[in-house]
Amino acid sequence: MAEETKREHTWGPRADNVLIGKDIQRIDAADKSSGRAKYSADINTPGTLYARLLTSNQAHAKIKKLNVDPATQVEGVRAVYVFPTAYDIETGESKELRWDGAPIVAVAADRPEIAADGVRAIEIEYEPLPFFVDEEDIEGAKKAEEETGIKRLKSLGDNKKGDVAAAISDAVVVHKGYYGVHTISHMCLEPHGSHCEWQGDDKLEVHLSTQNVSGTPGQFSGALGLDETAVHVQSDYEGGGFGSKFAADEWGIACAELAKAAGKPVRLMLDRATDLKIAGTRPSGFIEVTIAADSEGNIVAWDSDHWGTNGTGGGTVRLSGIPYVFDFANRNRKATGLVCNTGPNRAWRAPPHPQLCAMTQTAMDDLAAKMGMDSYDLFMKNLNQVSKGLADRADVYRDQMKIAAEMIDWKAKWHPHGKGGGNGPVKRGLGLALHTWGGGAGPCSCLLKVHRDGSVETFLGSQDIGTGTRTVIAIVMAETFGLNLDQVKVNLGSSKYPKSGASGGSITVGGVSSAHRRAAQDALWQIFDLVAKKFNVPADALAARGGKIVSGGQEVCTWQQATALIGPMPLEVQGVNGRGTKDGLTSSTVGGVQMADVSVNTEDGTIRINDFVCVQDCGLIIDELTARSQVYGGMIMGISYALMEERIMDNHTGRYLNANLEDYKVPRIGDIGNLQVKMYQPASEYNRGVVGLGEPPVISPGAAISNAVANATGVRVPVLPLTPQRVLDALQKGGAA
Amino acid sequence: MKSFEFADPRTETEALELMGDNPEQTAIFAGGTDLIALMQADVIRPDRVVDIRNIESMQQVYEADGGVMVGALVTLDDVLENPLLADYASLVQAADAVHAIQIQSSGTIAGDLCHLPNCWYYRSGYGLLAQENGKSLPELGDGRYHAVFGNSGPAKYVTATRFAPAMIAWGAQVRIIGPGPEDEEVLPLEHFYKTPRTERQGTTVLKPGQLVSHVWLPRIAGAVSGNYDVLQTAGLDWPLASAAATLELSGGRVSDACIVLGFVAPTPWVSQEAASALLGQPVTEETAQLAGEAAVSRATPLKDNGYKVQLAKTAVKRAILRSAGLLEGGL
Repeated sequence: MAEETKREHTWGPRADNVLIGKDIQRIDAADKSSGRAKYSADINTPGTLYARLLTSNQAHAKIKKLNVDPATQVEGVRAVYVFPTAYDIETGESKELRWDGAPIVAVAADRPEIAADGVRAIEIEYEPLPFFVDEEDIEGAKKAEEETGIKRLKSLGDNKKGDVAAAISDAVVVHKGYYGVHTISHMCLEPHGSHCEWQGDDKLEVHLSTQNVSGTPGQFSGALGLDETAVHVQSDYEGGGFGSKFAADEWGIACAELAKAAGKPVRLMLDRATDLKIAGTRPSGFIEVTIAADSEGNIVAWDSDHWGTNGTGGGTVRLSGIPYVFDFANRNRKATGLVCNTGPNRAWRAPPHPQLCAMTQTAMDDLAAKMGMDSYDLFMKNLNQVSKGLADRADVYRDQMKIAAEMIDWKAKWHPHGKGGGNGPVKRGLGLALHTWGGGAGPCSCLLKVHRDGSVETFLGSQDIGTGTRTVIAIVMAETFGLNLDQVKVNLGSSKYPKSGASGGSITVGGVSSAHRRAAQDALWQIFDLVAKKFNVPADALAARGGKIVSGGQEVCTWQQATALIGPMPLEVQGVNGRGTKDGLTSSTVGGVQMADVSVNTEDGTIRINDFVCVQDCGLIIDELTARSQVYGGMIMGISYALMEERIMDNHTGRYLNANLEDYKVPRIGDIGNLQVKMYQPASEYNRGVVGLGEPPVISPGAAISNAVANATGVRVPVLPLTPQRVLDALQKGGAA
Repeated sequence: MKSFEFADPRTETEALELMGDNPEQTAIFAGGTDLIALMQADVIRPDRVVDIRNIESMQQVYEADGGVMVGALVTLDDVLENPLLADYASLVQAADAVHAIQIQSSGTIAGDLCHLPNCWYYRSGYGLLAQENGKSLPELGDGRYHAVFGNSGPAKYVTATRFAPAMIAWGAQVRIIGPGPEDEEVLPLEHFYKTPRTERQGTTVLKPGQLVSHVWLPRIAGAVSGNYDVLQTAGLDWPLASAAATLELSGGRVSDACIVLGFVAPTPWVSQEAASALLGQPVTEETAQLAGEAAVSRATPLKDNGYKVQLAKTAVKRAILRSAGLLEGGL
């Protein structure tokens, strides 16, 4: 029993780690930077055809006439597929096209321009239907509903706690404000799509740009009427997913159908305009808030009404997340979803926390300004009123606030909103925000093999969506076996491997770390037993370090001598982490604080990030370099939606006007400023095990940057992104320009 | 992209002959940085593309007639590096503000001068005038990047040239050749641009079969110049507004001035008001500010783009200060 007790799956003492927690370059860095790494968009097996789509140029319409025959007559066109979501080719019945960009026909041809010729040859006539796309205009939605009888508003309920009216009437300071975050589109570097190749009529090979290798074969087989065994999905490398790539998608099915019809492989990657229009958006949220405090700055009441859209679903930012991180004894909240003829919503990195954060913590910042109080003090004071589930993280937030404030020199630089002085048009200010995320370990199973020559490999149906999953797995195995990174091999990205969860929700690092630690320790203990027997030493005294098996600091044998004892067949061990497993290897719930120092040019409305700091916890860190990279990436995506990124819908035509990378603006290096990342990792963090990190750092930038702009100028620019237009309009309205 | 013939002339005459077969359906390829995108989007569907890159006479920068002749094919990189252009500070600044080495190395001066509008309605196939059922989409829909001057007619787009304001402010002349092999005319660059009233009219005076071969810049002893692009991002981005100034100074005061705005009207917009406000004044923060205010005194913004009036004012102020080496501002 003593031995069983000792053989518990745990992480080793922090001081003993050789690899875990260090700065380690990605093991696939050279492949990625040299082009050896093949993404789905790179797959080009012999004979591969190219596909192009005909998409709707209407916000809401039916198809009066569709004739695809001219496309089939274009020389070089090999197959044409009509999307059943648009039109029933058998009956001639049109479905409703409900947003600009909805796919109608896919054409596969020998060359991309021939496919485009095929698309151009298609004859189509639309019957336009009434549309509505102005997601900020709730009154306009009401009017549109009255005029057309088409439902445009969906009550998402309300929720009351305490006595808000009494608390407001007793409060010393009451602030009313309006805030919002516009819809943004997913814009992965690698667009959505796949390469499909049939082997006979009943086997389908799919290279899919996906966050869900193990979960997508069934989506193909179901739609195509195949056995699930017939579909193999592969995704070796992926150029980003961010929550938008969990599905086979109708264009994935189209790709498979085209390949079948043509008898040749087909690659169908969405073009950038279509990707922006239909491959997922982040819902908008606009909020009217009344927030009140006592004379000490304790928030005593919150009363909010918000709306926005997630497209035709009539959803918006979820009601239960308001207010964000904080909650107050007296709190009313209400939400309404707008049904808009806009492309569908998909999970966008930390859904919907960035909007929740910006809709809550800007109001808190304005309340502090109204009180003449330093926002830092108001946020700090109210950390005794955090939302349910965060009470035991309040001290961590306090700690992180102090560290971040020191990093950015908050106390020396802060000034009351709009009182920074300076003669010129450039005003400088500070802002902060806090965030939270779950990040508990997701399901993962792996098959780990140790061969008798000492080589180690693992197989799992997970995916590396660009975050460093391969590297993390290699570190866990190498650390456990006392090997170098190049002595372990990670095989992932195939649905033939043991199933592993989708990579979404920051659950991957926990899942793969736990499964591999378990498998590696199980394997190692079996090897220890063999070594103990062979060399006549106690198994429980053995450890694996530096390519050797040691006992009490003395070498017993080399790793290769130990693995030679395995015999001719490899040692195979399965490692499993079930969803919600609580075993000490992983944990959940992380937090972070971000503080921004910005300059606003009040003459031209431009904003520059000077310094932007983040203090972030995530439990035990496997690779600090990739962890920091996640945080940098999150902060940069945050700067993007705070300052530039926005889907612009035309209220008159219902079209998505800026579906291209000239008008859909994102930051370049010069827009990013000086980012500083501090991973918060006292012993208490290490001891709680691994927690996911992908989402949290993208949450706070909107609120932190908006607050910094308000601090600089003394005027709130209410809606993100803070474009020159919005900044100048707000300054003019606020009398500051 | 529709299939097309590709022609590769070596001389101006050859180019004109190749364009003359079917001038309405012929497009000129210089740097190709925008033409290809327009063809891919089916906004332009030429039967023939005439690639003028190998016409040597249009590749050079040289002294001519008391000024500098700039060939149509001179690239933005050439503008940044050619010593003959170093005194035209506003041109160099305009090239420097194009934050993409790809465009700087491939993009040509004539390509810039003839650049078609970036109006998102035009680029989506609604035509230059962006009308639907006779109504103006930028007025009814979203005109946030559209014109705040010269917009009383049907055209609401803004000109997309980044160099014309600086060149016009220097008094540049443009040499146009064609449609006949001997046809040639030279006119002030300011008069090159026009605002169309119908879809069939273009953005310039160029007729089918004609092309810009050269731009001539006068030397003006003692003149100083500056260009300022208001850019939202640090990367490749179209200015929200821009301005260029060329000033002659005498005894510390402005004796002659030409101030031209970009990205605010369907054509480069010469502001007599701004020039008048500066004449006889020293260049200071205050006089530059007043000139900026004068420049926008007769602006006519659409419902969405009032902020561009402030940007135009700021661009004028900064272009003037930059001419005199006094620009601080910026971030």
